[in-house]
Amino acid sequence: MLAVDLLVAVPLLGVAAVIALGRGSATRPRAIALAFSVAFTAVFASLASAGVLTGTAVDGIRLAREAFPFWTLRIDGLSAPLLALTAVLGPVAVLASWGVREKAAAHHALLLGLQASIAGVFLAADVILLYVFWEAVLIPMYFLIGVWGHEDRRHAAMKFFIYTFAGSAFMLVGILTAVFQTGHTGLAEVLDSAFVLGQPTLVFWLIAAGMLVKIPAVPVHTWLADAHVEAPTAGSILLAGVLLKMGGYGLLRLALPIAPEVFEAARPILAVLGGVGIFYGAALALAQTDLKRLVALSSVSHMGFVLLGISAGTERGFAAAMLVMVSHGLVAPLLFLLVGQLYDRTHTRDIERFSGMGATLPRWATLFTFAALASLGLPGLSGFPGEFLAVVAGFGAWSYSIVPVMAGLVLAAAYNLRAVKGTLHGEIAEEWAEISDISAGDLVPAVVLAACIVALGVWPMFVLDMTGDALALIAALAGGM
Amino acid sequence: MTGIATYGWSVVAVPLVIAVLAATAGRVLGTRVAALAALAPAWVFAVGVAASARVLAGEEGAIASGSVEWLGAGLTVGWAIDGLTALMLLVVGLVAFLVVVFSRGYLGPGEALPRYFAVLALFTGAMSALLVADGFLGLFIGWELVGVCSYLLIGYWFTRPEASTAAVKAFLTTRVGDMGLLLALALLWREVGDLSYTAVFAAVPGMEASTVSTIGLLLLVGAVGKSAQFPLHIWLPDAMEGPTPVSALIHAATMVAAGVFLLARAWPVVGASADVQTIILVLGGFTAIAAAGSAGAQRDIKKVLAYSTISQLGFMFAAIGAGAWVVAMFHLVTHAAFKALLFLGAGSVIHATGTQRLDAMGGLLKKMPLTAGTWFVGAAALAGIPPLSGFFSKDEVLHTVVGADLGWGVMLFAASTLTAFYITRTTVLVFFGSYRGEGVPHEGGWDLRVPLVVLAAFAAALGFAGGPIAELAGGHHGEIDVLVASIATALAVLGIAVGAVSGIRPKQGADVTKLAFVGPLRWARNGWGFDEIVRQTVTRPACATARVLDRVVDRGVVDRSVEGVGALARLVGRGYSALQSGDTQWYTTLLGAGTVALLALVAYLGRGV
Repeated sequence: MLAVDLLVAVPLLGVAAVIALGRGSATRPRAIALAFSVAFTAVFASLASAGVLTGTAVDGIRLAREAFPFWTLRIDGLSAPLLALTAVLGPVAVLASWGVREKAAAHHALLLGLQASIAGVFLAADVILLYVFWEAVLIPMYFLIGVWGHEDRRHAAMKFFIYTFAGSAFMLVGILTAVFQTGHTGLAEVLDSAFVLGQPTLVFWLIAAGMLVKIPAVPVHTWLADAHVEAPTAGSILLAGVLLKMGGYGLLRLALPIAPEVFEAARPILAVLGGVGIFYGAALALAQTDLKRLVALSSVSHMGFVLLGISAGTERGFAAAMLVMVSHGLVAPLLFLLVGQLYDRTHTRDIERFSGMGATLPRWATLFTFAALASLGLPGLSGFPGEFLAVVAGFGAWSYSIVPVMAGLVLAAAYNLRAVKGTLHGEIAEEWAEISDISAGDLVPAVVLAACIVALGVWPMFVLDMTGDALALIAALAGGM
Repeated sequence: MTGIATYGWSVVAVPLVIAVLAATAGRVLGTRVAALAALAPAWVFAVGVAASARVLAGEEGAIASGSVEWLGAGLTVGWAIDGLTALMLLVVGLVAFLVVVFSRGYLGPGEALPRYFAVLALFTGAMSALLVADGFLGLFIGWELVGVCSYLLIGYWFTRPEASTAAVKAFLTTRVGDMGLLLALALLWREVGDLSYTAVFAAVPGMEASTVSTIGLLLLVGAVGKSAQFPLHIWLPDAMEGPTPVSALIHAATMVAAGVFLLARAWPVVGASADVQTIILVLGGFTAIAAAGSAGAQRDIKKVLAYSTISQLGFMFAAIGAGAWVVAMFHLVTHAAFKALLFLGAGSVIHATGTQRLDAMGGLLKKMPLTAGTWFVGAAALAGIPPLSGFFSKDEVLHTVVGADLGWGVMLFAASTLTAFYITRTTVLVFFGSYRGEGVPHEGGWDLRVPLVVLAAFAAALGFAGGPIAELAGGHHGEIDVLVASIATALAVLGIAVGAVSGIRPKQGADVTKLAFVGPLRWARNGWGFDEIVRQTVTRPACATARVLDRVVDRGVVDRSVEGVGALARLVGRGYSALQSGDTQWYTTLLGAGTVALLALVAYLGRGV
């Protein structure tokens, strides 16, 4: 269907439109960007009629093989939830950067470019195309951090770029090895003939290395906090919301199916990486005084649940990973959005300097409390179903070894409630007594995210209906049930 | 009328809708938001009445139920109403309704009423969800949601640092217990592959004894946290930072009783392990006496009631440990009535005097006769004076525990004597002697008075409803044991006498706890110093570990090694191409070189093709 290709083409057209029509204006680019990002959402919604929401796979149109040798796109149960997430976060990111006036056209063109490349990653049905999109994601993100970021933006942008580029370099070697040895570039063909691989262990770990940096797994996570702290709000939203998800997606899409028996042997390692990430990320988050750094490190903890779920090697574990990814893709952006709104008013992120903001900014405080409760995994909100399923699946696979994960869940409550207490509670800080609460315009993206968080929390089957068949196939490969 | 029990799910849905309405339209409604919120518990109560009528009329098992697949194959959430649930719906509906009415008068119009009443309605729905769940997953969802409502209401006056700290402490302490419950669910799922009660209970006989014990223990960990039993009791005294009506509802009558409810509900698992029962008995008995001792040394009226609640929940645990969960449920119901009454009475006093300090009260009998009269009913019920409700239920608890283990039975008799002591001492300090506080205290409006009268009626008379209560809970009502009852009553009179003497006539501003043995009293007042032990051995080390992981491990080692590689590369790069300047050019070079190296590697790996 053409709509599949439009998911990449629409934001790319948006890039052209923003550059052509928006240059020199401070406000026109954001309107154009919003229009195109909403168009992306509409295109995705139109795919519902093709059964995408119930797990039906839909192929993109076939272009001339000679002119576009690698261009094959496909949406299935594994990619649909993450594309849905992208469809929500696109407009949210544009709205979050409504106040950006400096080089506005470039900013919004990069946002749309980022959206196109991320959609490409989730849609690519060809390993070369996948790699191209994978790397293409880095470039707009590098500039978003490096140009519109905070004080130490250049260092953070370079660290982000080099770090994740190094990770994907390993992945490239793995992919090219697979391509040369199987003689195919189409994802399905590569996987079908993956048994010919001479060094499956090496190929698996080369590819997994790129994914683990992206997720990020401890100890290759330190690019994340710096990148988030320095990134502008929209950058953080997309970074936490969808970029990190590329790692979990890649493990399930490529690394596992290309070498299932290596994956089987690697499961304990993934479990340890996940468990350590859950506990370690939460402990780090608890020690932070920078609110944005706290949220960033909480991502390390949440993404640990993705690894834990995948390490179970079962359909239920994979479902947990998908639920956690979608949920974190909503909750972390909401937190970053709110922290950004607070920073816009106070120009600080230091928890110690805030006090009693609940009385000063009641609307903001309500949303922040909501987001913190979602982050700590409160049932009824999106975080719970995935983490619960990850614990159930993890216990099934690893029994009482997952007890450190429980400690991580207690710490998750601790760092989230500490953030709430530190900023919202206590006597009203005179320093901030005069600042104004968030406006109706600020509310729109926050309420959109909050509504999605409630919807997914109340009805997680929305995601599981999409993933069902695709995950069953992967689980069958992995030998689990 | 009894047909509404068929729509049992509505005890969750109706309060949730009301919560949303109260939160969004609350500002328009003004003080009328209380009337809106009152509809939530009123509906829960109505369903409870309808369901109870059907159970008492002889319907067996679950009278209505439904479920839906919620989290993939086999993981369903659903609801089912049986007698035990119906009984709890009655308790929750009634107390919550009266608390909403009381709150209307207690909180002034300047308060954040929409937030308060919305969370109160949300709590009603969450508590109902916990009660009507047809399996452990639904129970866990409600369990967590009542916890967060408790957090939000303890921290209602969030600009007070103590309130915020207490709210966080409550959430984190109970969260530790919740992890036990979560692990129990994971274990049940692995063993049974289904989390609904019927499936789990049917599978218990086929399980290994050690597995059953483990599941029972893990469920107990959850119950201990929620019901504030040793060693996870430390959050409840601090939770008194919340508005007093909230303490009455959540931290006395309903939510803290959820642990008892869980053990009763999961009795086919819990009761299948003698070891687990012994642990429950020991924990309950120990908590009952230790907390009763602390209650006797408090200076704050709400702290007395908080430790009293911990102690009374200990009685219920002891009864369960002795194998008599029906008795525990009976005491749960009477306790809900007389403790809610005492808390609301304390609220009335606090509302009138503007203080919680016992040394700033006194002589309120003449100034607030209705509050005093209803308080006396509650206090006498708590002390176990016949024929008030507490007498009957406590007699059954003592009787069963003595029958199961004489040693712990004696301990409970002692705890019971202490109970009579502390509540009498408090009563004397508040209502007798001369007024030591400021202003002219007087009774509140009708909304403060009516709930007191209604609860007093229940606290007085519920003891005679032991039959129907036991029938709803699903068991049989025991006879009064004359010997146990006589000893208990005599001990209660002794406790009252000592309490009356200890409470007589402190001077204005005097430390009401300054008796001959000050040191032990302070020790008792601070919960036997256990709080401090937890702070030193858990909280501080945990925070210190987090800081070390952050500063030393993460920034010091992990990140520095990454940055070190980068710096080294830059250094090599400068030496390598001294002519070039600037990071960008150098990185371009690096990328170029890297690409060549990678292509070489690819060529090597792909050579076989």
